[in-house]
Amino acid sequence: MQVVNFTPWSALAGGLLIGASAVVLLWFNGRIAGISNILGGLLPPRRGDAAWRVLFLGGLVAGGAVAQALGSGPPQGREGLSPWLLALGGLLVGFGVSLGSGCTSGHGVCGLGRLSARSLAAVAVFLATGIITTTFVRHFAGVA
Amino acid sequence: MSRLVSLLAGMVFGLGLGISGMTDPNKVLGFLDVTGAWDPSLMLVLGGAVGVTALSFRLVLRSTAPLLGGSFSLPDRRQVDLPLLAGAALFGAGWGLSGYCPGPGVALLANVSWETWVFIPSLLAGMLLHRVLGGARDRASSALSARPGQ
Repeated sequence: MQVVNFTPWSALAGGLLIGASAVVLLWFNGRIAGISNILGGLLPPRRGDAAWRVLFLGGLVAGGAVAQALGSGPPQGREGLSPWLLALGGLLVGFGVSLGSGCTSGHGVCGLGRLSARSLAAVAVFLATGIITTTFVRHFAGVA
Repeated sequence: MSRLVSLLAGMVFGLGLGISGMTDPNKVLGFLDVTGAWDPSLMLVLGGAVGVTALSFRLVLRSTAPLLGGSFSLPDRRQVDLPLLAGAALFGAGWGLSGYCPGPGVALLANVSWETWVFIPSLLAGMLLHRVLGGARDRASSALSARPGQ
């Protein structure tokens, strides 16, 4: 194993901001900052429950755009990446977070913060299958 | 007021994702690719975020209600069950394949890159597919249990 591109300070700073956002949302509004559940709660939107979700997601898009503008610009697109592979990835992510009740933010940032056993199990499993899939795709299938 | 908090929390979250490097799928895959040239940065993203939530959630949840009223909406399930594990496994596979999870996917929607405009609609389709299949299964089991003499 060889360590490359390690950016500890920006990673830590970004992580602290993400944690702070989750704390504010829970402290003021009583809501968990789990992106897949915030998004999934809009399918379909329900009266009285949609506005905060739309505003949070809108803020997420704006914050992401500001970070790109301040920083190194948008991430480099991947050459030769198949749109079908990306679509399959999206489908698996959508189905998986819906079945498993959360993603990196809901189970990772918030669930681990609540010391939830369910979230700890989910994080262990998705990190494991993520590592296995990336390793397989990169080193055996040679796709991405 | 609570809507303003939602907007601001979303902005800070998006800013954090961008600054940390989570919005760069190359960086995410560089983290998941532990046997290759490995980029450990994302451990610090998750570590930093969980450090903050683990210290603060405990204090926040000591109060009986959120600052702006209402009640805390927390998951009430406790059991580690098959849907949780299977869902996490599928999510991880999709994450490792694409380099995107839902947060960065949404945070990149203002970006010129086409990638997240393929990823997010596919993600929504996956969510809907699970709802449809889950709904069909629930209907089947309630039809079974509604049968006389069951």
